[in-house]
Amino acid sequence: MAAFIVRMGPVLMLWLAVCVSGSWAVDRGNFKTCDQSTFCKRQRALKPGQSPYRALLETLELTNTKLTLQLINDNNKVRLLLELYRLQGNMTRVKINELKPLKPRFEVPDVLINDPPTEPLSLLSQDENGMVLSLGADSQRLIVSAKPFRLDIMEGREVLLSLNSRGLLAFEHLRIRFLMCCVLSPSGPTSISLDFSLPGVEHVYGIPEHADTLKLKTTDGGEPYRLYNLDVFQYELFNPMALYGAIPVMLSHSPQRTMGLFWLNAAETWVDISSNTAGKTVFGQMLDYVQGSSETPQTDVRWISESGIIDVFIMLGPTPTDVFAQYASLTGTQAFPPLAALAYHQCRWNYNDQEDVAAVDQGFDQHDIPYDFIWLDIEHADGKRYFTWDPHKFPQPKEMLQGLEDKRRKMVAIVDPHIKVDNSYKIHSEIRSRGFYIKNKDGGDYEGWCWPGNSGYPDFTNPEMRAWWASMFAYDQYEGSRENLYTWNDMNEPSVFNGPEVTMHKDAVHGNWEHRDLHNIYGLYVQMATAEGLIQRSGGVERPFVLTRAFFAGSQRYGAVWTGDNAAEWDHLKITIPMCLSLGLVGVSFCGADVGGFFKSPSPELLVRWYQTGAYQPFFRAHAHLDTPRREPWLFGPENTALIREAVRQRYALLPYWYQLFYHAHRTGQPVMRYSLWVEYPQDTATFSMDDQFLLGENLLVHPVTEEGARGVTAYLPGNGEVWFDVHTFQKHNGGQNLYIPVTMSSIPVFQRGGSIIPRKVRVRRSSSCMEHDPYTLYVALSPKRFAQGELYIDDGHTFSYEKQKEFIYRRLAFANNTLSSRNLAPGSQFTTLSWIEKIVILGASKPSKVTLKMPDGKESQLEFDFDASMSVLTLRKPGVNAGVDWTVVLQ
Amino acid sequence: MSLVKLLLLMSLALVMRAGAAVEIQRPRGVPLSKRQFYEEEKPFTCLDGSRTIPFDRVNDDYCDCKDGSDEPGTAACPNGSFHCTNAGFRPAFIPSSRINDGICDCCDTTDEYNSGATCQNTCRELGRKERESLQKMAEVTREGFMLKQQLIHEAKKGQEEKQVKLTEFQSTKKGLEEKVEALRTVKEIAEEPEKEAKERHLKAWEEQKELIRMEKDKARMAEAFLELDDDADGYVSVAELQSHPELDPDSDGSLTETETQGLLGGADKVDTTAFESVWSSIKGKYLLESQSDPPAPVETPQEEARDLGSDHDSDHYPEDYAGEDEDEEEDEEDDDPEEEEDKAPPTVRTPEKKEDDEMSMPPYDAETQGLVDAAQKARDDFDEAERALREVDDQIKSLEKEIGFDFGPSAEFAYLYSQCYELSTSEYVYRLCPFNRVSQKPKFGGSETNLGLWGQWAGPEDNIYAVMKYDHGTGCWQGPNRSTTVKLTCGKETVVTSTSEPSRCEYLMEFTTPAVCQEPPSLEEALHGHTEL
Repeated sequence: MAAFIVRMGPVLMLWLAVCVSGSWAVDRGNFKTCDQSTFCKRQRALKPGQSPYRALLETLELTNTKLTLQLINDNNKVRLLLELYRLQGNMTRVKINELKPLKPRFEVPDVLINDPPTEPLSLLSQDENGMVLSLGADSQRLIVSAKPFRLDIMEGREVLLSLNSRGLLAFEHLRIRFLMCCVLSPSGPTSISLDFSLPGVEHVYGIPEHADTLKLKTTDGGEPYRLYNLDVFQYELFNPMALYGAIPVMLSHSPQRTMGLFWLNAAETWVDISSNTAGKTVFGQMLDYVQGSSETPQTDVRWISESGIIDVFIMLGPTPTDVFAQYASLTGTQAFPPLAALAYHQCRWNYNDQEDVAAVDQGFDQHDIPYDFIWLDIEHADGKRYFTWDPHKFPQPKEMLQGLEDKRRKMVAIVDPHIKVDNSYKIHSEIRSRGFYIKNKDGGDYEGWCWPGNSGYPDFTNPEMRAWWASMFAYDQYEGSRENLYTWNDMNEPSVFNGPEVTMHKDAVHGNWEHRDLHNIYGLYVQMATAEGLIQRSGGVERPFVLTRAFFAGSQRYGAVWTGDNAAEWDHLKITIPMCLSLGLVGVSFCGADVGGFFKSPSPELLVRWYQTGAYQPFFRAHAHLDTPRREPWLFGPENTALIREAVRQRYALLPYWYQLFYHAHRTGQPVMRYSLWVEYPQDTATFSMDDQFLLGENLLVHPVTEEGARGVTAYLPGNGEVWFDVHTFQKHNGGQNLYIPVTMSSIPVFQRGGSIIPRKVRVRRSSSCMEHDPYTLYVALSPKRFAQGELYIDDGHTFSYEKQKEFIYRRLAFANNTLSSRNLAPGSQFTTLSWIEKIVILGASKPSKVTLKMPDGKESQLEFDFDASMSVLTLRKPGVNAGVDWTVVLQ
Repeated sequence: MSLVKLLLLMSLALVMRAGAAVEIQRPRGVPLSKRQFYEEEKPFTCLDGSRTIPFDRVNDDYCDCKDGSDEPGTAACPNGSFHCTNAGFRPAFIPSSRINDGICDCCDTTDEYNSGATCQNTCRELGRKERESLQKMAEVTREGFMLKQQLIHEAKKGQEEKQVKLTEFQSTKKGLEEKVEALRTVKEIAEEPEKEAKERHLKAWEEQKELIRMEKDKARMAEAFLELDDDADGYVSVAELQSHPELDPDSDGSLTETETQGLLGGADKVDTTAFESVWSSIKGKYLLESQSDPPAPVETPQEEARDLGSDHDSDHYPEDYAGEDEDEEEDEEDDDPEEEEDKAPPTVRTPEKKEDDEMSMPPYDAETQGLVDAAQKARDDFDEAERALREVDDQIKSLEKEIGFDFGPSAEFAYLYSQCYELSTSEYVYRLCPFNRVSQKPKFGGSETNLGLWGQWAGPEDNIYAVMKYDHGTGCWQGPNRSTTVKLTCGKETVVTSTSEPSRCEYLMEFTTPAVCQEPPSLEEALHGHTEL
């Protein structure tokens, strides 16, 4: 036998070598294609055609809140149960499950913020072929066709959307387990699929996370978009491979209507998109248009998931704003972050020790660059045992945090969900003894390999586990923590180095469910429990700040996300725009990418351009891989230091606007970072597939320089008849044009929309907290009709008092008839600020003879002013009024 | 509205060196050197001359001047700077963005006059500490500088000594070179007669060996003849010869009469004289009856052969190879290439070898031995001289290398040469061997890692000897080769004071040495050189 082993040696080695190189190669070969995913292959083999499903109209039940109807598959006689709800706010929910499954199928909990309120449905007509229902108001109708089964939603004479029109509804029902070879699921195949047709639609967006263009591409002949949270090492750009997070929400848009589809399923999911115009050239489309011979453009979408049920929310818009509000009413809005979290973050894997932290902190002061947060990656913990500190490198974490507090700065330390298996480690032994670990299929604790070595994975789907986890953030539990320490959840896809596709085995067990059923929501739960911990430690007073890499629908409620381990390459800089825009469209506004790129080392030019871009993206954090050379902002010579300082300062000056945008996002679900486009200019088809520029809120258009060696950029200024003002030069430009802007290394092309008022704090200090009481400068950009309006939101910047005690200031700033005024928008609120209005800059103004400040008590005073005739800029000197009171300024 | 009421003017109680207190009025944040530009009751002109404003707009918390000069005491201008007098300590400028930001920057607390921050005036304490540390530093510098002078002196001496040594070595080398040449000639002369005598001796021995062999052959022939001549008639007949089948010329297994007759040169029988020619043709095959045991079986390296064969197979039939098949394989192998070897009996060769071994060359005669001994001595003398020359050469090279090093403008770093300095941290022992290498060894087992080999002086242009650079150390996984930057600071002792790895595989070491101590300024200058009063 010894001889046998010896002889096998070379063969075995060869086999191992193939395996090892296979699983660590930096290419897509690591990850499954649809063909390699058995259920996807099976489902995709099904081609459009006559659906075997038939609606059994005699089973119809219509109550005040819902309609139920049985469907039968005429091939195998298995029955399904269709539930249909008309939801308040112009949405329709369609649920399809087995009528009598052998055991319950997984339905995703904890994503919807409540049981969505319904509206009554009424039956308008019915015959043996189907029935027509009224969808509440308007002229919306739902047509149920019996054979084959199909649903159409119509408004007037127009079909908005059809389900199963291509006959791709497929439901693999639970069967007695069959024990043939290759079936991994103990239940046998359980996948589901459904198709949607969108007549009149040529543009669909969303379903992040993919490193791809904003406008989704058709997948005919290629791979479907995949949604399966994965730790992808050195991800590739411009393809539909799965990344760290998954939000199964797709938006469709045409000049007539915006709609959304929310496929509530947390299992591995694939999305196919096809279009009848995709293959046509622009010329061909023009020809069709001119000849009027074209068929209606149409996009067809097909969703395939490995398990669970079909539960889809059809958000009928009709405007982008409506769709955002509809989705927000289902899954909640962006968490309102502490103001400081919107400032600049300095991160690196790793800041080595307390001295290093102190030196970097000092470096920012020496070079007069503001920052709010310094971050510690995995090396800070004692042997990657999270919630602990390396005793040699960070012997006095509290003193270190106090030192930062003295500068009014903060820190983030990483806490990942893989727990080192080590009986002397409290976190591990408690989780084990409480039975909180995810189990393997044989009932033991699931173990996998991650940063600390052999690790367990807490079952965050268990509410008791989450409550315990949250309690670990209490100041007396998390030793060395303080009020200014916040948290970062990485690797929460979850990442398992020795697992299939670097993640957890699908047959791992969470209570009654298999990991396969809920994989995509695991990361959401990690961030949820962590954010809850940060809230609890302050007795519910302070707002949390938690960054996550993995996410799902609803993750916006718990903090920020970033686009994971990108690279220091120009294309990676460019892709940050569509990646964050896509996330914004489906609720996650607090998005950012590692400034400078995580892997590799950026050239000074790329680093500067990345700072300039990141300064205008919601989550603004520089980060770098352990093996890269240091790249703090002052390490590239005085010129580059100055360029980075200026970019960061622009961010800090705009913090009042950022804060207000997040307040808005939190209140309404409107994205912070928007596609210039179609969100604000839904009729302007030029904007439909643009993703090299974006709007912040409605009023700032940013076209960052993302080309190496750029001498100029061409920005598209939307809005015929509108005007835009360059925020640096105050030069006025007309909307509805492509504008070529020459650029230098210091250029960050940003434009303020005529008709808007933006508050800034131009006194930039070393951290945002230091700027709390500083005065505001108002930038009033007049529309061609000499009108402008904006808002001013102020609160304490870090507690829930704005919500619980209504302690905030929310004001409308409006300019009309040569009068600028500040009026209270929230009469029930109360907050006192020390901030005042130090300057008002009116762009596009004419020269007044006199400027009068009027207070509500009748007091009047003359304001001094300065008029720059060349740019038509009027600057009012020192109105001096408190930012929280009513006032009026009249130009005469 | 809580418009900040600002103190336009402030009273400053300044402690003069002489101890007298004087009150000087000036706007907040203005250094004394610029006081004349801020005259109360007169319009203020921005220091860049860009515009003139009424004096009440100086420090009114609104930025009027592009250069920030109208707001020296508020945070209104983005580019302003604030002057703190810091009586008792050093005066300083801070960016005006640090005024009233809630953080105490000036030790005299003047930057936080309206932020609610409670700052303690720490100037006196800081001043005291600074004086102490300056004093200490001055002391260190002074002593260090003295040590440095000594080092320079020693280095100079050392350098001179080395130079002298070098010169010595060089002349020694010259002598040795001559000696080597002379001895080479002696050696060559001695080797000529040695070679001839040795050749002679060898030739004589060859001739003698041939004679012995011939005699042995004759004896064997005689023995064979006696053996063959069974009837002792003085003739060897055909029948008698046929009793030796090994003589079969066609190797067909039978020695026929005709064949035998052929061997006997066509005759029926031969006498001793005629047998001589017969013997010469049969002696190769003839087996003396006294030694006619069958040849020992050849030891074929069967097992080895099998192993080779099976190795080859394993790739193709790893699972099938099991007990039963073993026999088959063996059989096959038996038919295989060893066949010929089996049939080549080694018996003929073996005795011949023995013969050679038995006959060894006789010792040299006295005359030859004398020549050999003389030559050997000449060779030994030559080798020794050559070795001595190499040694001197090495010493010269090493000296030249040392002299060639850049040990600083006055060779003050020379004393570090061939020394090593260690620093022990919680995990590692770091070792700096100046002008040679830097290394790191884990405290608790594990091998040493090379953190870089001497590269060059790498300080800034005006102070190049402030930094040493060591590079091309052990490579990092997916990273660069390790390198170390050593920063030198003035100290009495020569020690490594700290090490760190600010960036992956790029180490930083701090090292104190008297060699970088500069001539100290007077204490007075150090303490008051920058004060404005």
